[in-house]
Order: sequence, then structure tokens, then C-alpha cells
Amino acid sequence: MNKKHKLVSYAKWGYIFIAPFFIVYAVATLVPLLSTFYYSLFEYRVQGFNVVGPNFVGLDNYKMLFDKTSFINNGQLQILQSFKNTMIMWVMGAVPQFVFSLLLAVIFTSARLRIKGQRFFKTVIYMPNLIMAASFAMLFFVLFGAVGPINQIIAQTGGETVYFFNQTWTARTLVAFINFLMWFGNTTILLMAGIMGIDQSLFEAASIDGATSIQVFGKITMPLLMPILVYVAITSLIGGLQMFDVPQILTNGGEPAGTCSTLITMLNGYISTTKNYGVAGAISVLVFIVTGVLSFIVYKTMVTSPDKPKKKAKKGV
Amino acid sequence: MATTYNTTGETKNARIQTNAARILSYIFLIFVTVLSLAPFVLLLINSTKLHRELTIATNFSLLPSTHFIDNIKLAMSGGTLGRGLLNSLLVAGGASILSTYFSAMTAYGVHVYDFKLKKFAFNFIMVVMMIPTQISALGFVRLVNNWGLDNTFWPLIIPSIAAPAVFFYMKQYIEGALPMEVVEAARVDGAGEFKIFNMISLPMIFPAMAVQLIFAFTSAWNNYFIPSLIITDGKYKTVPVLIADLRANVAAGGAAADLGKVYMSVLIAIIPVVIVYIFISKYIVEGVSLGAVKG
Repeated sequence: MNKKHKLVSYAKWGYIFIAPFFIVYAVATLVPLLSTFYYSLFEYRVQGFNVVGPNFVGLDNYKMLFDKTSFINNGQLQILQSFKNTMIMWVMGAVPQFVFSLLLAVIFTSARLRIKGQRFFKTVIYMPNLIMAASFAMLFFVLFGAVGPINQIIAQTGGETVYFFNQTWTARTLVAFINFLMWFGNTTILLMAGIMGIDQSLFEAASIDGATSIQVFGKITMPLLMPILVYVAITSLIGGLQMFDVPQILTNGGEPAGTCSTLITMLNGYISTTKNYGVAGAISVLVFIVTGVLSFIVYKTMVTSPDKPKKKAKKGV
Repeated sequence: MATTYNTTGETKNARIQTNAARILSYIFLIFVTVLSLAPFVLLLINSTKLHRELTIATNFSLLPSTHFIDNIKLAMSGGTLGRGLLNSLLVAGGASILSTYFSAMTAYGVHVYDFKLKKFAFNFIMVVMMIPTQISALGFVRLVNNWGLDNTFWPLIIPSIAAPAVFFYMKQYIEGALPMEVVEAARVDGAGEFKIFNMISLPMIFPAMAVQLIFAFTSAWNNYFIPSLIITDGKYKTVPVLIADLRANVAAGGAAADLGKVYMSVLIAIIPVVIVYIFISKYIVEGVSLGAVKG
């Protein structure tokens, strides 16, 4: 540690270099975060041209959110319904996402298959991840609209017009499908990196011992990939909890009848439409707690994982 | 990729199996390629069609029409989308430059200097990296309102200075690409600390800067949640907010619901990112895996 002595006179530069980041973080995120927590304990809303509150009400905003009998403010659904919707749509997208990504990652990394044109395939499957989610949703809204190409095909084959956005399960499926399409390429690349981090000599040894591909996958790839798989799955879940752009635009904030509303479309409604800041604060705190617990699990898997993936998966669904 | 098996010991049977697996793999790859590209192919084709061509119930066709230019004129008419593109360019340009530069600066500060709160600073950023932006959105919007900054670009640009994920990527990269000897040698030559950072260190981490610049630009360009809460005045709307507005038009029907215009607007909204991506996809795809498991 003699190096430290030499550098000690430069310590103030360390603070100078990190100052802009921390000042901006404090003003733009930390203070708003704390004030969000604060608002969650107050009655604070805009009613017409009047501002009500802030009046301290303890945990009333939270109680209201969990009250099964009350449809608070303009028929907004309670939080459990939105949470359930969010989870359903996340699972519907994430299951195919992980099946596809695992398959693709194994195919791309297989020394036996030696797939050609890998760069082309990877480029194509990753592309949807960079497309604006808002425009993705808008595109699907017209493609699956009453007069869109999908209904044209249905009409040409003699079927009845399908109103995809008026039915719970077709609407949910489309939200999940867009999320799947946007994220399976990203997940593939993360899992590939994970597979390539596995000691290659294990695969060689298995091959010499005459193991089949399925044995190799089940006995070597999967167990050693598990920590990364858990990490990617939980970051995907954290991303799933933040689901907003697609359901907001595709289903107009949760139609039909609130069955596609998510936690964040609900939050958005309370901030911008009903302007009930107290309830909006309570929703934020609840999402924060769930995310915090999940992040803690991610942290734990990181610590035990031999490969130590650290970056969050580009806030992925 | 060198293979050490598959050369000698393989029986004929195993070779047939490998070939079958390979064919199935290619079929699957072609399937996911079609799946990934189909929406965009449909978008491209439909952007050449007029509203009346798009709305005939039994007229599905993969053949393009001839009204691509007409639709561009239609989408740009009134100047709303053009203005939106400029707004988005300003916001995404400003945000991406600030987030890349200041994240590099922070990462450099934590890496190069030794100070009491160094470890705390690093751990703090690691912890807050997981906090979704939506959670502080309420407080942020209230703050922006109180300061009278709604319908301005400041709240969309300045917060990018603190981007934990970009910081983390930069920190990872700097550890591998910037030896302390370089900094020390520059000091011996009498260079000041800012000069060492700007003139010597930044060029050495240029590849990471470029990748993060593109990522930051893309995510700012695509960002919908915060702009939709802060920008209500049509003059200041960014592209995603305008795209979201189209939905209401289509649902309402009428003159504003021209589908040719809708397809073209969506195409215009995504085309800048797609073009950039096609040229630099190699670095992007590498960057994703680098950020994921390096270290």
C-alpha cells in the first residue's frame, strides 16, 4: 500500500470527478424518491382546480389500494388486479422468451453444430430490443386492428373480424408477444455469454466419454448456467414489473376493463389523469419494496455465482 | 472457434445425427429471423399504401403500392412530426452526450483516485442501479412542476448525468483499458488532472464511449414514460409521445386516422435507430455480452 501514500494528495480530485454524478443523482432521483415516500403518507390530490392536502393520513393510501371492495377514483382498479395482470403478461412473454433464448444460445455456442451466419442471426434477433416500444405497440395496434392486415387475412379465409383489443386474452397475448419479441435476443446474448464462460474442458471430457447432446445439456450446461439463468430471470422480472409503454399504448392504459393494466400504467393514471399523488406515492413504494426484495436475491445469486454477472440486463423484460 | 472433437472418433451414425441437428437448428434460426423481421416488413410494405388501399377488408397483399412519398408528405404535413424529430434529436443527443461523458468521468474518478468515500461511492451506485426510474417519477414530476420546468427539455436531459448502468459499464472497461502508469506518466510530464482525463484517458476508452453513446441515445430516443408526464404542450412533444397520440386518433376514426400516415410515422420514428444499428450491430451485440459477464 505504498502506492496509496503517493496518491493521497490527489484525493480531492476523486471528489471533484464524482461530484457532478452525485449532485445530479441527489437532485433528480434521491430527493424525488424520498418525496415520493413522503407523499404516500398524505392525502394529496388535485380536485378540479383545488389542491386537497397534503394532510397526513398514515397508511390510508395503502389500505385503499388493498381494499377489495373499493374501486377508487374513476373506477381505477385496485392494485392486486394490476399486479396480477402484470405478472400474467410477464409470464406469458417470459416463458417463450427463455425457451427460445436457451435454445438459441445452445445452438450458437455449440462446437458440434458450427452454425454459419451467426452474426446475421444475432443482429436480426437483437434488433427489436432497440426499437421504440411506443412505436412497436402502435404498429401492432394497426396490424391487429379491426381493418388491419391480420383481420384482412382472417376475412380472406372467411373468418369473422377479431377485435383483438376488446378481449382480455387476445390483448394480453399481444402485449406479451411484443415483450417476448423485444427481449428474447437480449436474453440469448446474455445466456450465450454465460455458456461461453463454462470451462470448455468439461464439454470435451463429456464428448470423449460419449455423452449425447441432451446429456451434455442436462448434466453440464444447465447446472453450470443456473446462476446466470436465475440472475437473468430475476432481472427480467424486475423489468416486467416496470411494464408500461406497450400496455399503455396498445391497450389504452389497461383496456379491456382493466385486464391489461399494469402497476405502472396504474401509477401513470394516478400521476397524470386523476392526480392523486398520495395514492401514486403508495404504489411507488410498493413497487420499490418488491423490486428491492428481488434485487436482493439477484445480489445473493451474484455473490454465489462463479461467473459473477453484475450488470442488470439493460432493464429487461 | 476450434473444435477438438467431431474429427476422428465420430461414427457415421453420429455424423448423420449432427447433420440432422444442424438442419433443425437452421430451420429454427430461419423461423426466429422471420418472426423478428415480419412486423417491420409489414410496416415497410404498408407505408407505401394509401389509407383507402389499407382499409379494404379482403385486400391483404404483400405487394407494395406506390405511395411511399405521398405518405411521407402526409406524415410530415403540419410540421408536428418534423418538430417532434428535432425535439427528440435535441433531447436524445444532449442526454446521451452528458450521460456518457459524466459516467466516464465518475468511473475514472472512482478508478484512478484514492479517497475515503471511494468504496462507498462505488457501492452506492451499484445499489441504486436496480431502482427503476418509475419509482421516483412522482417526486420527480412534482419537483419539475414546482420549478416550472414542465414543457421544457431540461428535466429530460440533465438527469442523464447520473446514469448508474453507464457508470458500471465504464468502470468495467476502464479497469481493463487504462493502466495507472499512463496517468502517472502524464503527471510526470506536468499535465493537469482534467487534461489527463480529457486528452489522454478518454481517447483510450473511446470504444466503450461509442457503444454507450449509442445505447444512451437509443434509450433516450425511445423513452416514453417521463416525457409523457412532463411534456403536454404539442410544440415540445418528443417522437414517442407523438406516436402514442396517434393511437387516440386511430381509435377515434375520422380524418386524423389515416393509416398510411400512421404506418409512415411509425417508420420514421424507428428508422434512425435501425440505420445506426445496421452499421454498428457488431459492437452493440458484443457490448451487451461484455457488460453482462465481464469481471
